[in-house]
Amino acid sequence: MTKIIEVSHLNFGYNDNLILKDISFSVDKGDYLGIIGANGTGKSTLIKLLLKIMDPLSGEMKLLGENINVFKRWDKIGYVSQKANSFNNSFPATVEEVVAANLYSKIGLLRFPNKSHMEQVYHALELVGMKDYSKRLIGNLSGGQQQRVFIARVLVNEPEILFLDEPLVGIDARSEEAVYGLLAKLNQELGLTIVMVTHDISAITIHANKLLCLGENGMFMHDPKEGINAEFATELYGYSVNLHNHDCQNCYKGVS
Amino acid sequence: MLDIFQYTFMQRAFITGILIAIITPCIGVVVVLKRLSMTGDALSHNSLAGVAAGLAFEFNPILGAVLFSIAAAFGIERIRKSFPKYSEIAIAIIMSTGIGLAGILSGFVKNSANFNSFLFGSIVAISDFELYMVIILSIVVILAFSLLFKELFYMTFDEESARLAGIPIKTVNFVFTLLTAVTISISARTVGTLVISSLMVLPVATAMQLDRSYKQTVAISILFALFFMISGLYISFYANFKPGGTIVLVGVLTLICVLFYKNVISKVLGKRVIKA
Repeated sequence: MTKIIEVSHLNFGYNDNLILKDISFSVDKGDYLGIIGANGTGKSTLIKLLLKIMDPLSGEMKLLGENINVFKRWDKIGYVSQKANSFNNSFPATVEEVVAANLYSKIGLLRFPNKSHMEQVYHALELVGMKDYSKRLIGNLSGGQQQRVFIARVLVNEPEILFLDEPLVGIDARSEEAVYGLLAKLNQELGLTIVMVTHDISAITIHANKLLCLGENGMFMHDPKEGINAEFATELYGYSVNLHNHDCQNCYKGVS
Repeated sequence: MLDIFQYTFMQRAFITGILIAIITPCIGVVVVLKRLSMTGDALSHNSLAGVAAGLAFEFNPILGAVLFSIAAAFGIERIRKSFPKYSEIAIAIIMSTGIGLAGILSGFVKNSANFNSFLFGSIVAISDFELYMVIILSIVVILAFSLLFKELFYMTFDEESARLAGIPIKTVNFVFTLLTAVTISISARTVGTLVISSLMVLPVATAMQLDRSYKQTVAISILFALFFMISGLYISFYANFKPGGTIVLVGVLTLICVLFYKNVISKVLGKRVIKA
């Protein structure tokens, strides 16, 4: 298996307070890694460090085999953040304008998207089931539809790794199901490597093949096939957790 | 209707006005969408401080305006980074600084009439030098805006993703900040602070009400700005009004009409169609 993400002895914190302590893990090509843990354990920070939005105190990180300090192929890395933090709903932009934006650095200065670029845009929109909405304003779509458009925006560059930071916050259950289904399809059919930060333990346990758990006592890896029980969740969150098992297959809900 | 053009000062007013009406919304659309609509006011007050510095210490006041405006524009960007969720704080701080500096420095200006001419600017009293300056400025802004059109769109929509997609954020931001500062300082001197800050916001705000794509919003903003400028100049000439105020009020009235149409008339018409 080709190692597509390698992190060794990573430390990050503010002043004397270390948030991420001696983090080491690797992700193989085609993996679906879920990152879970309580608030403040550094899940989103870990993604931002891997995307070089923030710098670590120490440690080494490699993407596609290259140290991120010299990494240049950012177009092969897709990132979908929490919609609410990065998006102004009244922004006058159509779905196709938003998706085509990720091709701009390839298109170059003073040139505009041509027919072949637009075919790439429509192909990406088709993959996420949003081709019919290409002329609609992004702000007029539902939260789930917007998040599918943002996934199409990163797919247009045919990325090798897709990072998602709590992409389903504020999205209704049906849209959430559609996005999980889409991610599973991209992972299984296109072999896209997915790294997803989430609080939805039940869903990520079903879809991911690796779980990176961040707790107060550091990190540990967990095989989702082994399932998740109250003891596991209590160890992860650092306080007593009850998991309510519903009738649906493989479904755990609720953290109290 | 064409007798207005027999006067040289009106010919100059139309040429300068049309050029400024084309370039200002280009800058304005990015500024408004970045939620920094008061940037025009903040920078023009700082350029006024630069004018006062020039007149007080005997160097070219326009150079002073441009330098102070550039410093203020980069000041806004720097402060914005310290308060990422409160962009308006940066504008308030820089605007207060500009007003304070202009107030103190104007005390050192010996000829206050000269200072007042810079304070208000007048589109119907354009000199040769100002006309050439606006022509050169317009060429530079149109070229830079066309060159960075896509990059500015992506950066304004989602700066973090734009950086990951390979857009050179720092360079684009630097060029845009510089362009904004120079545009505002030169245009404010020529047509007045009031006209320049309102032409940055009003056409864009009106165009945004029409719910169009980004490209169409930019084009419609320019068309609105041209309409405000040309009709404002016509009305002020024949009604003997002050041109700056007339141009701004035409803009405000147009925005009110568009809002009324969108929120009242189109809804009533929509209901009738449904009933039928």
